[in-house]
Amino acid sequence: MKRPGSVAGWVLLGGLVWLIAYPLTLVLLHAVRGSDGWTLEFVRTFLSRPTEWQALWDSLWISLASVALAALIGVPLAFLFARYDFPGRRLLGAVVALPAVLPPLVGVLAFLFLYGESGFVAHLVKRVLGLDEAPWRLEGAAAILLVHAYSMYVYFYLFVRAGLASLDASVYEAAASLGAGRWRTLTQVVLPLLRPSLAGAALLTFMTSLASFSAPYIFGGGFRVMTTQIVATRLNGDDSLAMVETVSLTLLALAALWLLRRSDAVESATSTGKGVAPERSRVSSPAARAALAVLSWGLALVLLLPHLTLLLVSFVPVGTWTTEALPPAYTLGNYATLLQDPVRARPLVNSLWMASLATVAAVGISIAAGILAVRRRVRGGTVIESLLALPWAVPGTVFAIALATAFSVNEPLTARFIFVGTLWILPLAYLVRNLPITGRAILAGFRRLDPSLDEAASSLGAGRWRTFRRITLPLLRPALVAGATLAFVTAFGDFVTSIMLYTYDTRPISLEILSSLRNSDVGVAAAYGVVLMLVSAGVFAASAERGSAG
Amino acid sequence: MSTPYLVLDQLTRRFGPTLAVDRLSLELAAGEILALLGPSGSGKTTALRLLAGFDTPDSGRVLVEGQDVTATAPVARRFGMVFQHYALFPHLDVGQNVAFGLESAGIRGGTLAERVAGALALVDLEGYERRRIGQLSGGQQQRVALARALAPEPRVLLLDEPLSNLDPALRERTRGEIRDLIHRIGTTTVFVTHEQDEAFDLGDRVAVLRSGRLEQVGTAEALYAEPATPFVGSFVGRSTTVPVEVIGRGPRGVRVRLETVEWDVPSRADGTPMPPGPALLLVRPEAVWLVASGVDTLGGTVVSRRFTGAASAYGVRTGGGHLLEVHGVPGAFAVGDAVGIVPSRRAGGGLHLFPAGS
Repeated sequence: MKRPGSVAGWVLLGGLVWLIAYPLTLVLLHAVRGSDGWTLEFVRTFLSRPTEWQALWDSLWISLASVALAALIGVPLAFLFARYDFPGRRLLGAVVALPAVLPPLVGVLAFLFLYGESGFVAHLVKRVLGLDEAPWRLEGAAAILLVHAYSMYVYFYLFVRAGLASLDASVYEAAASLGAGRWRTLTQVVLPLLRPSLAGAALLTFMTSLASFSAPYIFGGGFRVMTTQIVATRLNGDDSLAMVETVSLTLLALAALWLLRRSDAVESATSTGKGVAPERSRVSSPAARAALAVLSWGLALVLLLPHLTLLLVSFVPVGTWTTEALPPAYTLGNYATLLQDPVRARPLVNSLWMASLATVAAVGISIAAGILAVRRRVRGGTVIESLLALPWAVPGTVFAIALATAFSVNEPLTARFIFVGTLWILPLAYLVRNLPITGRAILAGFRRLDPSLDEAASSLGAGRWRTFRRITLPLLRPALVAGATLAFVTAFGDFVTSIMLYTYDTRPISLEILSSLRNSDVGVAAAYGVVLMLVSAGVFAASAERGSAG
Repeated sequence: MSTPYLVLDQLTRRFGPTLAVDRLSLELAAGEILALLGPSGSGKTTALRLLAGFDTPDSGRVLVEGQDVTATAPVARRFGMVFQHYALFPHLDVGQNVAFGLESAGIRGGTLAERVAGALALVDLEGYERRRIGQLSGGQQQRVALARALAPEPRVLLLDEPLSNLDPALRERTRGEIRDLIHRIGTTTVFVTHEQDEAFDLGDRVAVLRSGRLEQVGTAEALYAEPATPFVGSFVGRSTTVPVEVIGRGPRGVRVRLETVEWDVPSRADGTPMPPGPALLLVRPEAVWLVASGVDTLGGTVVSRRFTGAASAYGVRTGGGHLLEVHGVPGAFAVGDAVGIVPSRRAGGGLHLFPAGS
């Protein structure tokens, strides 16, 4: 039987292949194709250079170390907040998730101002110890790991907390009634049940670290991971080698994804029961309460310091803060510059419209995919879903290269057009990067919709459009809002694809931050960072409100 | 039946190699309530979806008032449907849910409010317009679903397991309420259920489905008294089936040999001749009686007993190894007793002969 919507299904499938699979395939082709035909020359070059192997290895071990560090911080925190009650738990529980709303580049910037050799902490240490120079340099693998641990422990924290919340109290009671002590309950009952959460968080942390660009780019110095290596190689004009590097990074990402998926832990949700979480133990001994309070408020301060530093620096006039512990003068000038100088204000406008356009497009495509692949189950629906998810598995740098490769020539016959250097390449790149995030949220929303609601509407005489407008859309709203929020925030703060594809006319905020930083215009960089932070947080807050009302 | 209002004509739906619905033909008079009764997988839900238009038959037709609606989209069919889980729109309030179908018909303003209030009054939910769906009990949700389906005055009302989500105590009362309501407004109705009590209580007639095929259609009494197949016999009321040997004609019907005894059982109501040879005998518990073992009784041993009121139902393992349910004097026998089975004095009813292999 011919299913309705199959034509639309093919159109969507074609569009996604063109936008996602095709550019990646071109990268693969360019890696083995020289000016005169097929060649393995670039692959050989890649394989023979120790620096390439080094970069690949550095990417791998930095990612593994990030997973370990993030788990070490995030898992105990999750247990602490899920199992114990102490003063300020609610507020702190929210603060602990804050690093997640910081766009990567802004996090890096804040760390630079805070822990860099001319940063706040270094100033303090120099004064206290009477040193002439900062006792450390924020550089290399350690600096990268510091930023990764700070921003990625949130994955472990959130996943494990969700996992703990879904564990029924009866699990603990059953273990206790069978004579298992705390330690045995933890290691033999709770942790195995948390396996899916842990594996999910590990996968997310690993993929994020592997794709991480901002931290290695700013702090790496001579230390190269593959993402920064690719950009450097391209800067040297060695495009074909960059293609091979891109392919190698993609393979590493796909291999990691495959290994973790194969372990089957990510998919299998093992928890039985409906999840009546056990009562939190109240910490009652005064000494323990005090210790916990100091510890947790100290933690909150550490977590908030980067945000606060950024805010502080954004009020410092250019060049006034040199050796003092605290800035000697404050001004709103940086913000005034950012808003009044048309040249400096341009990135804000650019980022706003490009991120908005990419978000609207991603939401539209995801809705179409939801209707076709989930509701109507058109042929090719699973391929549509896979294509939507694919960019998640591929580092942003790779996609930037892929789009730059595919859309830098005008060959209408092979469906290649010149977008590079135009207004459209960045929104297009943001769109591709957004699709997995938005698609996942919205497709999940479609799955939660009861198909009989559609049938009920049609048996009540409502046509397709009325059913969509009155029933489907309102019920999808939480998913739409969540998908759009994540997409917008990601695109608004994007650095990794922007740096490879921007033009002067489309320079986004992240690039303006970078160039301000290079010009030692620290205050404006910080002000832009604050803007990014506030807009991201604002969008999250607004969406939390809209998503729940309804 | 005069001119039928709703006709299902040879409806067939195939999913891959399985025939979900196999040449299903039924006719309903205007205002009649028909139950589609069958175990899960019998095709009753598929049949209902074909009627609603959510699925298209591979062959066959659906006619309403003589008009072929097989190819008509659900939107234009003007059939009301109550879904198993009600499918109420969770983001709309009760009034908006009920108004939804009326708005499709272009009804607006004061008339709309009146019709909504009227539909809610039908189901005893006056003044519930502004309630949110989540605030309603299961029974109230069920009634909102009914009001929503009835509000646009559908030509046919379809109900998918309408009572399966209610707790048992509420079910019986709701059955009566729904039946009275539908008879009052006179909407021709088809509903699906897997529970015979529900089918008998709510349906004017009952169609028994098995593996997509119609086994028998008729009133509850007719199905019980004259089951067309052993399946109908076993699905409607209690019974056990044992293999017998037809050996000829006796004074009171067909003479069959059942293990050590010979009984006369009524010939088949549909007139099918029963030639000598193997056959199947469907035995209702009340058609046989338990006595002390003796000559001319079917010997066996009591393996269980269940008190039912006027009589006890005993489970008896016969000498030939078959298990029969048999009525007897309450408390007269204990598990392990050697007993005999005889046809009860109310001869004829409750013993049904079927060709072997049916």
